[in-house]
Amino acid sequence: MITVESLSKSYGGFKAVDDVSFTARPGRVTGFLGPNGAGKSTTMRVMVGLTAPGSGDVHVLGRRFKDLPDPGREVGVLLDASAQHAGRTGREILTIAALTMGLPRTRVDEMLERVSLTPDEASRRVRNYSLGMRQRLGIGTALLGNPQVLILDEPANGLDPAGIRWMRDLLRGFADDGGTVLLSSHLLHEIEVIADDIVVIGNGRIVAQGTKDELLAGAGTLVRSTDGVALATALNAAGITARPTSGGAVLAEAELARVGQAAFAAGIPVTELRAAEGAGLEEMFLSLTADSQREVTSHTDPEGAAA
Amino acid sequence: MTTTTLTRDATHVAPSRTDVRPAPARIPFRRVLNVELRKMFDTRSGFWLMASIVIASVIATVLTIVLGDREDLTFDSFAGAVGSPMSVVLPIIGVLAVTSEWSQRTALTTFTLVPHRRTVLGAKLLNTLVIGAVSMLVALGVGAVGNLVSSAITGTDPVWDIASSTFAQIVLANELGMLLGFALGLLFRNSPAAIVGYFVVNLVLPGLSGALGAAQEWWADNAGWFDLNQTRFLLFDSNLTGQEWTQLGFTSLLWIILPLAIGLRLVLRSEVK
Repeated sequence: MITVESLSKSYGGFKAVDDVSFTARPGRVTGFLGPNGAGKSTTMRVMVGLTAPGSGDVHVLGRRFKDLPDPGREVGVLLDASAQHAGRTGREILTIAALTMGLPRTRVDEMLERVSLTPDEASRRVRNYSLGMRQRLGIGTALLGNPQVLILDEPANGLDPAGIRWMRDLLRGFADDGGTVLLSSHLLHEIEVIADDIVVIGNGRIVAQGTKDELLAGAGTLVRSTDGVALATALNAAGITARPTSGGAVLAEAELARVGQAAFAAGIPVTELRAAEGAGLEEMFLSLTADSQREVTSHTDPEGAAA
Repeated sequence: MTTTTLTRDATHVAPSRTDVRPAPARIPFRRVLNVELRKMFDTRSGFWLMASIVIASVIATVLTIVLGDREDLTFDSFAGAVGSPMSVVLPIIGVLAVTSEWSQRTALTTFTLVPHRRTVLGAKLLNTLVIGAVSMLVALGVGAVGNLVSSAITGTDPVWDIASSTFAQIVLANELGMLLGFALGLLFRNSPAAIVGYFVVNLVLPGLSGALGAAQEWWADNAGWFDLNQTRFLLFDSNLTGQEWTQLGFTSLLWIILPLAIGLRLVLRSEVK
């Protein structure tokens, strides 16, 4: 369980994290989604005590991180897989972590096997590791102490598709065993396939949070034409609440058939017409990525998204 | 076959995370100390830095025997020869003990596994000082062997002319050098910058102080109160007067304890990225 309460952090006048609150629950994978620079990493660094918060609190398993007596045995952390001494071997890095946590050396071999690093790879220096291998090693370090909570910053970076699949299964299993998983990503798809709960952050603020189902449900229809504004106007004229988003797409709050009919009646050729499952989230996320203006963010904040 | 299956099952059935587990015991300081010591040796650069202590001692001793005037060689000659590479290598060990965490960004893992920076830095400092003392003993041992070999060659009795108090002073001088390196490491958190900083303090400042002393009588008379090098170098080859000890204390406070305190404060408050 991770509880973030009204967390803020400023650098000079810039608010990197602005009044962020959310909870990552046991038995669930919580996806922390936001474009690069949205405040994900800062929030996670504050979580584990590497950065002092401006205000607010974070509790992991009911305690502040620095009050955990032996953090590695309760919380597995991977913030940056590249932040390892290039001159140490993979095995040595796990050994150091095991010694710090007071674990037997046999645990190192178990973990190497679990993250699929062969003995040969494990005896190589990290300098010669691919990013994917570093991620595996980092995940191994995080899992070493058999923790109850995992905090992972962009763990899928550098993994190949098979590696991503492997990690997804691993985190699923961890959560199914009752563990709490918080993982960040700047890719919506990555979060969609793995998370149970989603927290979306943009410009340091939470813009949406809830279960994946809630966020993806986004009732309505996505309809696209060459001129989105004209289409939206036509739909509005037909009594359908609709707003243009981007690339000629329009989000309409009515079911498929009615929207299609209205567009047809208005004589506007439609290039795409589908249930807006996830489209709200996607559009919101795109606008976050495309533009960093807060007005846009609040404008596209889908109603009912906040849980 | 059955046994294998059983063992495998046993390792795979981890205690369920849903159970409310008792909190683990607090990490004891001794464990942090051991881990930090290991980290000073477990990379190629770390290993060779430590090995260079022995290697440099041996080279210095051999050169003394080969090039020196063997008839006049005493233990003091060897201690001097072995001591000078030590005074370069040991402070670098002090610097790197701190800076490697930042230049290699391992601080990220170190301080999440042990979220008490003071504890980690305390362990590093203690290890650094112990390594300094042990290195000096090793160097002295190598020097002693050199003294024996040299006297065996000349067929004279070896001269042991270093009092234990003199040796203690030399150790102290080197430990102060390591502390200065450690403090600069904390201040800069960057290996090249801290090492350059050390050599500026050690090689450039004495020249400046000398120049200032030549031009200014007041400085020439009172530099001992401000110039760490002047007082620290006295430790290598003379018995210090009461005033000189006081000056050593004062300059150490100014050049070592103060930077150490500032550096510590910076590291405790800084963001680890």
